[in-house]
Amino acid sequence: MNVPLRDWQAFASLKPDGTAEMNLAVEGITCAACMSVIERGLKAIPGVTNARVNLSTHRLRVDWAPDACDASAVVARLEALGYRAHPFDPTRRNAEEEAESRELWRCLGVAGFAAMNVMLLSVSVWAGNVSDIDPETRDLFHWISGLIAFPAVAYAGRPFFRSAYQAMRHFRTNMDVPISIGVWLTLGLSVFQTMRSAREAYFDGVLMLLFFLLAGRALDHAMRRRTRSVVENVAALRAFTAAKILPNGDVVDVPLSRVDPGDRVLVRAGERISVDGIVVDGSSDVDQSLVTGETDLAAVMRDTRVFAGTINVSGQLIVQVTAAAAGTLLDEVNRLLEAAAEGRSRYRRLADRAAQLYAPVVHTAAFATFLGWWLSGARSPADSMIIAVSVLIITCPCALALAIPVVQVVTSGALFSRNILVHSGDTIERMAGVDTVVFDKTGTLTLPSPILLGAKDVDRTVLARAGQLAAASRHPLGRALAEAAHAAPCALGTREVPGSGIEASVNGQIERLGSPEFCEVSQDDVAALLTRHPGASLVAYAPGDAPPVLYAFQQGLRADAAATIARIKSAGYVIEILSGDRTDAVRTIAEELGVERWQAEVTPTGKIARLEALKAGGRRVLMVGDGLNDAPALAAASVSMSPVTAVELAQASADAVFIGDRLSPVADGLSIARRAHLVMKQNLGFAVVYNAIAVPYAMAGHLTPLVAALAMSGSSLLVTLNALRLRADTRTENAS
Amino acid sequence: MSILLYLIPIALGLGFIGLAGFMWTLKNGQYDDIEGARWRILSDDDLPNR
Repeated sequence: MNVPLRDWQAFASLKPDGTAEMNLAVEGITCAACMSVIERGLKAIPGVTNARVNLSTHRLRVDWAPDACDASAVVARLEALGYRAHPFDPTRRNAEEEAESRELWRCLGVAGFAAMNVMLLSVSVWAGNVSDIDPETRDLFHWISGLIAFPAVAYAGRPFFRSAYQAMRHFRTNMDVPISIGVWLTLGLSVFQTMRSAREAYFDGVLMLLFFLLAGRALDHAMRRRTRSVVENVAALRAFTAAKILPNGDVVDVPLSRVDPGDRVLVRAGERISVDGIVVDGSSDVDQSLVTGETDLAAVMRDTRVFAGTINVSGQLIVQVTAAAAGTLLDEVNRLLEAAAEGRSRYRRLADRAAQLYAPVVHTAAFATFLGWWLSGARSPADSMIIAVSVLIITCPCALALAIPVVQVVTSGALFSRNILVHSGDTIERMAGVDTVVFDKTGTLTLPSPILLGAKDVDRTVLARAGQLAAASRHPLGRALAEAAHAAPCALGTREVPGSGIEASVNGQIERLGSPEFCEVSQDDVAALLTRHPGASLVAYAPGDAPPVLYAFQQGLRADAAATIARIKSAGYVIEILSGDRTDAVRTIAEELGVERWQAEVTPTGKIARLEALKAGGRRVLMVGDGLNDAPALAAASVSMSPVTAVELAQASADAVFIGDRLSPVADGLSIARRAHLVMKQNLGFAVVYNAIAVPYAMAGHLTPLVAALAMSGSSLLVTLNALRLRADTRTENAS
Repeated sequence: MSILLYLIPIALGLGFIGLAGFMWTLKNGQYDDIEGARWRILSDDDLPNR
């Protein structure tokens, strides 16, 4: 009952036509060649009907006939091809979001089609108006435009109308209210104009407006979906699964959705407990800091309650599930991620709040314009109406609504290409305001797993044997040893001795791997190695037929840590290290990196206190950290980043996640954010100036709705292009 | 000007074909993997005689 088999079949879903389907996140896809290797390899399995790799999201979808093939054959073939697959829980596919994005694109398509065709007719009318078009032809063109525009607006405008309706029903206003009112008023006025055979109608303006707004929204949606899909891949890599004990005693790894109250689950040492339940067998210590905030380990035994999200530190437990697994940790992480994704930018919130003021002001201004012109008798009611509508169109908060999101989309694209994923748009703004950067040490400045010291002087054959044993261990140092030996897990009959190590019987000899005492290494050898590598962690291997061997491991700095720290420093940021680690370990790292301000042995509360002190001193802090003990500090800082190897909670509380073994994304993020913030301010300034000039002009009646629509589209285009400038900037820098 | 009676429906029809094409690609999920599509065109895996 040591290493459970994963029940791959549980991750597949049956389709109505009888074929089975499975979605996997695949590790190791780097290029187009991988794509065809995987697809060809899988399709060669009898029974597999389709295999398709998505190169953008690094996902794979496989279909097969359940009677000819099964899920584990697919995974075994992938493994043989050299790719590791991580399953998605089939019950967790976000169909709703997919449908929403499709709807946006469909609306965009319809608006684009209608705008182009109406523009075709409008250009003829404009040309005809200055030459010799006869009124009948012009009316015909206007009627055709109207016939195209009405259904198109009714279809493509739905996202705006729906949101405006929701807002109005709750007596609020948002950006979509003035947009919807403006759209329908202009359409109505255009029909009126057409009926009285006027020279101008404004169907084209309405459609162009919708097209631009939809484009902005679709882009925003695409950005959030991309971030989410990467975060979901990471979640799949961490496999939210539980080792379920079947009635016949077999242990299989299943998705959490297949675990029901009453089931028994096996939790090995070093694993995260993924369910709420009661211990029915075994005893261990549990790290409950995630749930209670307490850092001391709690002893658990028979009949103790354990909670999802806590970590089983020392022994093996069998837990009877009490709470439906779907309602626990996974949901919590998801909820946090969603909250982060929904967090709107401060500027956008400002824009929304502005809309609350803005809509009544604009509508009153437009109404006053109409009354003023009409009552003063200077214009006919119809002409007064046209002037009023042009005020509405010109103030339509298009440029304002696009000014910030467009920059966010472009910037998050640029950040993505530098291996940074942002959870929310306002991260960029907050990151731009930072003047102090606080780093955690372990796992952030250093690589997440320890590296073998003096690897050159190690006997490779002994290391390989030790590695095979280590591959069966779940202890971090055991994993590191297995990695150093490039060992693949193999079926040794291993036995875990809680708190000491593991042992196995190989060719009649007892082999041991674990603490120096467990392997009976002499104190003198241990002391000798520790004087050579102070602060190192030791693992011993006793081959049984030979004297035991000692291996020393230490946390290694990320390769570009020194260069990145120097870069951030030279850009004028203050750098600090806050670590929970021992003083001498932190001092070594800080001296190596040239960081003067550092604190060691800091508790999670101590980290928050230090951040609060910095904040009180008027500093805005970027916190970079990865551990559970960093999670509160990450949430407390003005803005925060986590490496992708961080624990779920740290990732969920961080504003951005960076991928890979390098630290440079932190420096890149800071410099890109600064530039993006500048462009945002330019865009906002532009939108304000534009309105300040255009509105009085429109109220004075110098603007026809056509010119108003053109000016507004032009301003939207301008803010968009200004944002795209940023992309060109970061690209050239990338190339250099 | 009676030529317009033919030309406008033709123009609209062409536009509709374009729109229908776009909707078809959308429904087919052709925008789901923009990265992969540009490489797939170079692969001959879909040819029956290979």
